[in-house]
Amino acid sequence: MLSVFRQVMLYLAVLCCAVNAHAAADSMKPDTELHALAQQLIDAGFREKKALTEALVEINDPKTLEFSQVMVNGDLYYRKDDRVVVIKGEDKITSFFNGEVIEIASSRDIKKISVNNSLRTILRSGIARLQIFSPVASVRKQAAVNLLKSADDIDSVTLSRAMAEEKNSEVKDILSLVQGIKSLESGDSATRLAGIDALAGSLYPDVRGALANFVRAAESDGRASEVKAATDALEKIEDLLRVNAVIENLYFGLALGAVLLLAAIGLAITFGVMGVINMAHGEMIMLGAYTTYVVQQLMPDHIGLSLAVAIPAAFLVSGLVGVAIERGVIRHLYGRPLETLLATFGISLVLQQAVRSIFSPLNREVATPDWMAGTFMINPALELTYNRLYIIIFSLVVLALLALVLKRTLFGLQMRAVTMNRPMASSMGIRTGWVDALTFGLGSGIAGIAGVALSQLTNVGPNMGQAYIIDSFMVVVFGGVGNLWGTLVGAMSLGVVNKLLEPWAGAVVAKILVLVFIILFIQKRPRGLFALKGRAADMG
Amino acid sequence: MSIATPKHIDHPTVLYMNGVSVSFDGFKALNSLSLFIEPGEMRAIIGPNGAGKTTMMDVITGKTRPDSGTILFNDKEDLTRYDEAQVANMGVGRKFQKPSVIESLTVFENIEMSLKGGRSVWQALVHKLTPARQEKIDEILDLIDLKDRQHEEAGSLSHGQKQWLEIGMLLGQEPELLLIDEPAAGMTDEETMKTAELFKRLAKKHSLMVVEHDMDFIEALDCKVTVLHEGRVLAEGSLETVKANQEVIEVYLGR
Amino acid sequence: MSQEIKGGPLTRLIMNDKAGRKLLLVLLLVSVLVPLSNLLVPEGSLFHVSTFTMTLLGKYLCYALLAVAVDLIWGYCGILSLGHGAFFALGGYAMGMYLMRQIGDRGVYANPELPDFMVFLNWTELPWYWQGFDQFWFAMIMVLAAPGLLAFVFGVLAFRSRVTGVYLSIITQALTYALLLAFFRNDMGFGGNNGLTDFKDILGFDLQADTTRAALFFASGIALIGGYLISRFIVTSKLGRVLVAIRDSESRARFLGYRVEWYKLFVFVVSSMLAGVAGALYVPQVGIINPGEFAPINSIEIIIWVAVGGRGTLYGAVIGAVLVNYAKTYFTGAFAELWLFMLGGLFVLTTLYLPKGVVGLWAQIQEKRRSSSGGPGGGQSATAEGKV
Repeated sequence: MLSVFRQVMLYLAVLCCAVNAHAAADSMKPDTELHALAQQLIDAGFREKKALTEALVEINDPKTLEFSQVMVNGDLYYRKDDRVVVIKGEDKITSFFNGEVIEIASSRDIKKISVNNSLRTILRSGIARLQIFSPVASVRKQAAVNLLKSADDIDSVTLSRAMAEEKNSEVKDILSLVQGIKSLESGDSATRLAGIDALAGSLYPDVRGALANFVRAAESDGRASEVKAATDALEKIEDLLRVNAVIENLYFGLALGAVLLLAAIGLAITFGVMGVINMAHGEMIMLGAYTTYVVQQLMPDHIGLSLAVAIPAAFLVSGLVGVAIERGVIRHLYGRPLETLLATFGISLVLQQAVRSIFSPLNREVATPDWMAGTFMINPALELTYNRLYIIIFSLVVLALLALVLKRTLFGLQMRAVTMNRPMASSMGIRTGWVDALTFGLGSGIAGIAGVALSQLTNVGPNMGQAYIIDSFMVVVFGGVGNLWGTLVGAMSLGVVNKLLEPWAGAVVAKILVLVFIILFIQKRPRGLFALKGRAADMG
Repeated sequence: MSIATPKHIDHPTVLYMNGVSVSFDGFKALNSLSLFIEPGEMRAIIGPNGAGKTTMMDVITGKTRPDSGTILFNDKEDLTRYDEAQVANMGVGRKFQKPSVIESLTVFENIEMSLKGGRSVWQALVHKLTPARQEKIDEILDLIDLKDRQHEEAGSLSHGQKQWLEIGMLLGQEPELLLIDEPAAGMTDEETMKTAELFKRLAKKHSLMVVEHDMDFIEALDCKVTVLHEGRVLAEGSLETVKANQEVIEVYLGR
Repeated sequence: MSQEIKGGPLTRLIMNDKAGRKLLLVLLLVSVLVPLSNLLVPEGSLFHVSTFTMTLLGKYLCYALLAVAVDLIWGYCGILSLGHGAFFALGGYAMGMYLMRQIGDRGVYANPELPDFMVFLNWTELPWYWQGFDQFWFAMIMVLAAPGLLAFVFGVLAFRSRVTGVYLSIITQALTYALLLAFFRNDMGFGGNNGLTDFKDILGFDLQADTTRAALFFASGIALIGGYLISRFIVTSKLGRVLVAIRDSESRARFLGYRVEWYKLFVFVVSSMLAGVAGALYVPQVGIINPGEFAPINSIEIIIWVAVGGRGTLYGAVIGAVLVNYAKTYFTGAFAELWLFMLGGLFVLTTLYLPKGVVGLWAQIQEKRRSSSGGPGGGQSATAEGKV
């Protein structure tokens, strides 16, 4: 089938060539049919242009598609003195046929090859046809999706042919939707009903729009059975959209949970394992984010790489500050949790002000690498962003690494020994003070890593840590102190509950509800979701 | 205030525990423990570490809820349904292993706080030191030998004196049943004997349950002894019979 | 805490409290003399107190009352509330609502019933919870009832389920944070972001007039004295000793037969009401109440006032509140950048080196001086401190 079509195209092309051969001008320019036609367009009036454009979209040239697109967008110009056809881009002008950048002295040196509505219609349907028979599947798919918006761009014959030739089932499905939309305009009721049937359950917004328009039209004409069929189809679509919305909110919830998890893991160490209330925990996150900023300033041309550098750097910066805080202040306050709370709160104020003095009170711009941007499409109505996916994965990796450190390394063993029985650990030759400092450093360092991740999602400013401190505590307390698994479950469930409540209650009320829920929950189960029971709990 | 579970013995008891079990994460701290204390009785409880002595006291005083079993006070009150304060106000006093006095109050204030009655917030707010109360406090101060230090902070007392003060606070509560955890710990020999004498005197008016490791002290108490092991009663009887019990010897020496 | 209590309530309240007696005297003098010198002494005289200074001092007095409220629960009962700013703010809002209703039709939109922000939001009638606030007496009841009720509900839940220590601190912080978010919402009907402001008069007196300002200052001084005496009455009663027992050893208090939760609840509610009164007096003097008062940092700042002054003494809280806030006023004016460094440093240094605050430091210095002078019974004076 395709080859037959190609032969037809070729024949047309030869015909055009023959008709317009005498018009070929400059021998220096590429001697193609398209080029010749372009030269004719320059001089043509709108009436001639119409014929030329109809011929243009039939030219079998790899550049025909691009030419039509540039033309329909109104970006096609030519240079007055040598009639070179150029594309006027946003910041530069390039020759259409050989791609050279062209310098011009004044904007008056070039002139637009103007188009009007009737030309545009010809061009658009030509483009659609060119695309729909493109050998590249993704181009065909895009063309089909575009046709959903403007089914008139393609005539029924071409559409049927395209459907018959199409091998890719995905593209074929979309094309049958296009056909469905077209049959809504049919004069025959049975065809219209079949069209509705074909459209039911599709998630493309344009399909929904077409159906909604159809319902309005059918209502005013009093075609009751068609109204009912179309309304049912719309309802089916709405149901699917609702499911989609829930899935999307779940995804947002998991992403928020991942953020909470990242913010809380460090706290699960310092508060959960050591029992130290570190109110400067949020500032450890902030330091991590600022470290990312500094690293990016040092290597502005390698944004992707800078993140890889920032992760260990932030771990070190926040970790060292953590060790300093432990050795300088917290060490003297063990066994006095309320005093620890106050002292570390003071430290948080100092760190905030320090950052404010060094970097300015304004938010800093942290760049996001390209691979973090973008979305992946689940279905036409549901696109999920990559950065959220990466955060979810990253948070789980950090958690897994930490669990590994605690379970499998000597340091982890010593750390657990010290928290379980300090005098015994000490008498076995473990330097408990050193373990304390490193444990606190570990928790703080992980907070720093969280800061790297958060710098990719939110504003980096001196107060950013404050936003996370209450949430982090809520996660750790909710999940159960001293239990990494509880922290994971706590973070994810709070994130998901928050996001599922949001569409129903609004963001602020959702947050308030979650806080109130936790307040009530702690009263019911003061030791959290996964609590230690019995003697161990009493000692802790 | 009705009897939750019928008793299976018919003579009167101050404390009746039948089939009491508690477990923490699978570990059975009390394993179907049964124990009876009669009015005016003094009972010594011994047992190796982890035998369940402290858990038993927690269960009686309402700190820990048992998983199963019956605990009756004076044959009528089901103690498992009340919290610590309610159990204390029914007439069960408890002395901890570590002396637990209010360190930043004076000795006098510690005793005054312990005096029976006036437990509601309002009563505490309008409380006055009546001559009767003053007299009662003086009496206790004499008994525990802390009269000349009554205006010092309890935190400044020696370990033994804190033990005595805590006993004095127990007496202030005028409980029917006293639960006493290792009273002799940290006392000199002389103090230990004095404590034993005091307990013997108290036993005339109150019922006592004394947990102790110090065998000399137990001997001085001269009362029925119960041996706990792995959350249940291993042996019961006079000190001599218990000492001769083969199982008891194994438990103590086998470790 | 260790003083022996004898005699009638008056002796108990005043005679046994040497430092407190001095403080009360100073407060009484300040409450009377400052307004008088503002109103009677001509401007330009050395003894004239400007209205600006008087308002500033009035603010300090409100803060001091708030600090006393916090010391009552933290110093005596060991409840570290990181949400007391919420009670202060609720009292302030109750007063603010009364002042809003007093504006009447003098607002921008000249609506006799609705405050401007409601007209702006296209509301047509007053929400039910704004009813009654045109009456001063009703507003004053709400100044006590709103924080008291919140403290009661929160306290019943928290204390009955035995949430203590840092857990309690963190959920009090979450409480004030939740309220912060809630009051930022326009739908709440409390003016959202902007809060309540542009007040005109109180009980018919112009809020901008010096006499009104002086009266408010006097009221603040009297409220502080009253709050101090109420707190003092509580801590010197047997109830106060039970609170100390709960602070030092909660389980001992329980095994002595005291229902710890009810004691905590009582003192928590009383403290919240004192905070509410402080907020209610604060608002007409500063002329605005907005959700920022709920910010967790405000609540934590109160703690540092008490810690700097010396917890568990009541008068220490007053001294701390005035000292820290004076320093704040001075430094935020002179070296704005330094203030947070200073405040942060204060937290660290006080907890590390001044566990008993400046009051404790003063006692220590006195102690040293006495023992070095070798006076009779020098060593005993520490325990004698506070006795008759």
